[in-house]
Amino acid sequence: MINARHFFTTGLMLLMLLLSSFVNADLTIRITKGNDQAIPVAIVPFMWQGKGSLSEDVASLISANLSRTGLFRALPREDLVSLPTKAEEVVYRDWRLLKVNYLVVGSIEALEDGNLRIKYQLFEVNQQKSLLSESVVASQDNLRNRAHFISDRIYERLTGQKGIFSTRIAYITTQQKGKTMDYTYRLHVADADGQESRTILTSKQPLLSPSWSPDAKKLAYVSFETGRQAIFVQELATGKRYQLTNFKGLNGSPAWSPDGKKIAMTLSRDGNAEVYIYHLDDRRLTRVTHHYAIDTEPSWSPDGKSLIFTSGRSGGPQVYQIDLASGEEKRLSFEGNYNARPRYSPNGREVFMVHRGSGGGLFSIAALNMGTGRTRILSTSPLDESPSVAPNGAMIIYALMIGEKGVLGVVSTDGRIQYELPAASGNVREPAWSPYLN
Amino acid sequence: MELMKHSKVFALAAVFALVAGCGGDANTQEEVADEITEEVVAEEVHSSDEALAEGMSDAEDQVDAVTDTVLPAINTIYFDFDKSNIRSEFYDVLNGHAAYLMANPSATVKLEGHTDERGTPEYNLALGERRGNSVQRYLSLQGVDASQLEVVSYGEERPAVRGQSSEAYSKNRRVEFNY
Repeated sequence: MINARHFFTTGLMLLMLLLSSFVNADLTIRITKGNDQAIPVAIVPFMWQGKGSLSEDVASLISANLSRTGLFRALPREDLVSLPTKAEEVVYRDWRLLKVNYLVVGSIEALEDGNLRIKYQLFEVNQQKSLLSESVVASQDNLRNRAHFISDRIYERLTGQKGIFSTRIAYITTQQKGKTMDYTYRLHVADADGQESRTILTSKQPLLSPSWSPDAKKLAYVSFETGRQAIFVQELATGKRYQLTNFKGLNGSPAWSPDGKKIAMTLSRDGNAEVYIYHLDDRRLTRVTHHYAIDTEPSWSPDGKSLIFTSGRSGGPQVYQIDLASGEEKRLSFEGNYNARPRYSPNGREVFMVHRGSGGGLFSIAALNMGTGRTRILSTSPLDESPSVAPNGAMIIYALMIGEKGVLGVVSTDGRIQYELPAASGNVREPAWSPYLN
Repeated sequence: MELMKHSKVFALAAVFALVAGCGGDANTQEEVADEITEEVVAEEVHSSDEALAEGMSDAEDQVDAVTDTVLPAINTIYFDFDKSNIRSEFYDVLNGHAAYLMANPSATVKLEGHTDERGTPEYNLALGERRGNSVQRYLSLQGVDASQLEVVSYGEERPAVRGQSSEAYSKNRRVEFNY
């Protein structure tokens, strides 16, 4: 299922080919930058003790997940010297010779009720120690989700950080009929690996700025379906949606507060783009910014006490912070002549944003250190935008252009690994990484 | 004479751009634009400061002088990168629309603001609106009734031209009159 032979040696180009799935709208992963220092792991194929074949190769999914973090590199299957499926079959010496640090073995059995039980175990090879031994119940239908869950468990055991393999991404695709003005916009939700995508809304008018509710059950987004901008909220499980705002002018940049009770947004109802907070319980609207320049793209601090936003008040877009209790404003970004659409890292130490240096040139994704004020550039294609941070802070998904085609890119926040998620057709933009689903 | 008339209109529009806060864009030390024309526009805005005092009363006269009531052929005007001030070369186009709208009080127009694809989508929506607002303010100043005008911004969502050349970009930074 995976051909990852050259994945970690050169650190460049196309390494992993996930077998094309039957869902065409899925995004296919293309690794563009690998990590030479990734820790070698071996994920042995899980033994299937049942009739017929399984819909998913669980070990292969775990390998792909761990490799995609850049922290680990899963040994290609053909390099595995033996195929143990439980602790008693593990010969540590074999794996030491392969210079593997960690080993995962497992088996899947069919239960009488038709469900499946996956048993898996994680070993530290040099210390010859079991780090994790668990079993989970799955069905043929959710085998993929279970593989992501197991990946999360292994990742957390090894790094101390929660995994993001069970999270989702929302994004917009645009298709244009020839060179006509006939566009089709779609809002999709897919697994974090770009697979299992489903369309949750289709429109002939622009869709943008999807924002997850903190419980990951709803999306707020901007739709032009009424002929002008409006913010809508849609429940993912039921598809039920309603129009949240219908103000004159801009109705944009929805950003759900960490407590889920408010949505920060941009409105120009008072004549100019300003940041507001919409209180979902009593539909109260509080105005946050007051400046004749553009103020937009608000994002909440992890503690919900302040907002960061883009403002044109210095003459070009720069990132500012406003304390919601005191109203005190502070400019955060100083390096470069275009800094916009800021998003906090979950620990609040960095702000990820679209950045262009003083000399002009590329629009990159950059990390702004809140302590030092220094800017660190993470992506290097010409037109990168819309950074969205994974809930564990390890990865950022963003939009980039390859030629005239929009694709999604992912870069680790340490900059060590980068991959792309191109769609089969159309432009992909405006990604939003979901919070944890559980 | 003709020239004089125009220069007053130019100055007045520039003042309004300045009052609306677009002057801040032109004033910045962090110039982001890559268009040569922008420097010229910035200078015009600066030099128009003294016109502020005399501007208002003259505006009515200017508009009265225009008698053309045919729907103008040109319905798109263009902007510099990250800017929303109206370039002087488009005052004639706008005056034509103003005359038409005043002669036809029942006509309404959507002013659709657009940007090029560079920069962030939401900032560009705000920038597109700002461009629409600049046109709206200019037209109102000429005497067009506010109820005839509506600004809708599409930001970078609806480019007129595909491609990543500076020429394509310059054609996408625009306000379209949609009657």
